[in-house]
Amino acid sequence: MAVITYREALNEALREEMERDPDVFLMGEDVAEYDGAYKISKGLLEEFGDKRVVDSPISELGFTGLCVGASMAGLRPVVEFMTFNFAFLAIDQVINNATKMYYMSDGQFPMPIVFRGPTGAALQLSAQHSQACETYYSHAPGCKVVTPATPADAKGLLKASIRDNDPVAFMEGETLYNFMGEVPEDDDYVIPLGVADLKNEGSDVSIITHGKMVHVALQAAAKLDKDNIGADVLDLRTIRPLDMDAILKTVKKTNRVVYLEEGWPYAGTGAQIVSMIQEEAFDHLDAPILRVTQADIPMPYAKNLEILAKPSADRVIEACNKVLYR
Amino acid sequence: MATKVHMEALSPTMEEGQLVQWLKGEGDAIANGDLLAEIETDKATMELVARGEGLLRKIFLDAGGIAEVGSVIAVIAAADEDISGIEGVTGGAAAAAPADEASAPTAPEPAPQAVSAPPAVPPPETSAPAVVPAASPAPGGRIKASPLARRLAEEMGVDITRVSGSGPGGRVVKRDVETAKAAGVAAPVAAPATWASDGAEYEDVPTSQMRKAIAKRLVTSIGPVPTFYLTVDVDMGRVMEARKSINTMLEKDGMRISINDILLKAIAAALRQHPNCNAQWHDGFVRRFSSVHLGVAVAIEDGLITPVVKNAHAKGIAQISAEVRELAGRARDKKLLPDEYTGSTFTVSNLGMLGIREFTAIINPPEAGILAVGGIVETPVVVDGQVTVRPRMRITMSCDHRVIDGAQGARFLQTLQGMLEEPTAILL
Repeated sequence: MAVITYREALNEALREEMERDPDVFLMGEDVAEYDGAYKISKGLLEEFGDKRVVDSPISELGFTGLCVGASMAGLRPVVEFMTFNFAFLAIDQVINNATKMYYMSDGQFPMPIVFRGPTGAALQLSAQHSQACETYYSHAPGCKVVTPATPADAKGLLKASIRDNDPVAFMEGETLYNFMGEVPEDDDYVIPLGVADLKNEGSDVSIITHGKMVHVALQAAAKLDKDNIGADVLDLRTIRPLDMDAILKTVKKTNRVVYLEEGWPYAGTGAQIVSMIQEEAFDHLDAPILRVTQADIPMPYAKNLEILAKPSADRVIEACNKVLYR
Repeated sequence: MATKVHMEALSPTMEEGQLVQWLKGEGDAIANGDLLAEIETDKATMELVARGEGLLRKIFLDAGGIAEVGSVIAVIAAADEDISGIEGVTGGAAAAAPADEASAPTAPEPAPQAVSAPPAVPPPETSAPAVVPAASPAPGGRIKASPLARRLAEEMGVDITRVSGSGPGGRVVKRDVETAKAAGVAAPVAAPATWASDGAEYEDVPTSQMRKAIAKRLVTSIGPVPTFYLTVDVDMGRVMEARKSINTMLEKDGMRISINDILLKAIAAALRQHPNCNAQWHDGFVRRFSSVHLGVAVAIEDGLITPVVKNAHAKGIAQISAEVRELAGRARDKKLLPDEYTGSTFTVSNLGMLGIREFTAIINPPEAGILAVGGIVETPVVVDGQVTVRPRMRITMSCDHRVIDGAQGARFLQTLQGMLEEPTAILL
């Protein structure tokens, strides 16, 4: 297997899917001439030409609507948002048109479209540009939400998302782009949506998480391991559809759960998952489920405050100790 | 730290208790585990044990006084400890309560008698709660336990009310149930759903759809225990002869058995052949016991109690006789311990000595049957075409129709009748 960056994995996925299917095209701000703000589309303009790699005006609502129309007409657009913080401008097209079209047209218009870009905080980008946006999309029926944590998952899941016939919000991490990892060298390496991945095995506590936070969870698990506490780290990979079987399996194994997410707690992904666990595995819980999230405040610009506001391995360990009654 | 002495739930169904007498007085030194007082519950007179140490600083409830389970009836504390705060809590409640007529005559001094403490009393503040795994239930409060701990306790047959919790706020968690199981905390004796009948061997038979339908339809007719009655008329001549010869044999030991003792032995033996009558109805299954724990109804002053002859099927008539006599004696003195009057799998009530010819008894749930035994009466009967006078006795069985069908009950009575009319059949 090749060891490549998360950025390169995404680039490979785009290239392979564009080679595989001439209906796939990429549109977004600076994706063509500039190779993308984060260089995800490096080399694609040269390879596929300006009809399939299209620079858009700085008008998220406009080019998103254009791509929704293209999808209705039978193409398979990949919309790049420079970050999901900017995608708020386009959310009317995503929620009101993309996620509802198949339903409201009685199946006449499938909506194979991918909205992708980084979500969540990097460092000192302040309140407006440091938001984890998953729940805005997972809230709406009709939208799949994918949050890969590793280069292999990024590649396999982006390929699956492009091949999927429903709208997919594909949410990356700015601080993950340089993350290195092994990726299978296989043009057909596709990871099905809705399948979680157990990234670490332990029997004492389950840390369930997704996206960038998988790495925080793994750090916490490594520290807990030195304390002779085994943590399952379950990476959901897609938060809609949800791999409830995998969640219940780890809950029934450890009886104690900490949910870790980058976003805010209020009506967060964790709130949904906690609700489902208590409905389906109440008698397997030995402790209340705890969540570790961003503090319920707009992200501070000050570096020290930002660090305090974000979830950390130490806070995950603290929560694990609590559910373990230690 | 001061320890509040609570009125504890000393029997499974106790809601309030009457203080018979204090075994320690104010100012006496108290060690953990000392007997503090005798409490009369709804069933028996029980001993209240100290759960802390120091001096018995203050008694709130005098002899004869009645208090609800959970209320604070005394304080154990160090000699110099300030306990005025504790007195304030119960004293206030007592002052607000009207004078209790029942306890007034026996109260030697005008101290508060009925202490109806607020339900929000904290758990007993013993200095080392963790070392009392088999403590009685937290007075008056609900049991805090994780869902998993509750499920495990049920599966393992551990009485969760007797497990001390190590989680936040005393929550019982998985490890506590496991520790308690290892320490041998048994299943609750009061909860019918998990009535374990103290070591009785049993088999759980899943309920068939037909049985479910029978159960469902009949409880809408007579519920919640749809009962029907079967009466059998038994010739007791051979039993009376057997009793005579057994008593002759026992004479040298100074023992005598009664007709009832032989009857109990026969019932136990017959139940062994008809486990479908020695059974309990549970949601989803019928629990059939292979051991017979026979409850024997005993009339006591202002009530009745059913001490249990455990494993009656495995005991000889002389042993059953001695046990019944001993248990009945202590029952009348209200000295039975809870595990001596719970856990029966079948019950017998005999009113023959009071001149009753026949009657019906009410099933003691979750058991599926009870026998009502009448007196032996010289009765004209036809034997071989001739009218002759025979000692006859009627036995009426009340059956829970969810568990026992008419023919099954009848077959059991047939076996029992056969054993009584030919007692050597008991030996088979």
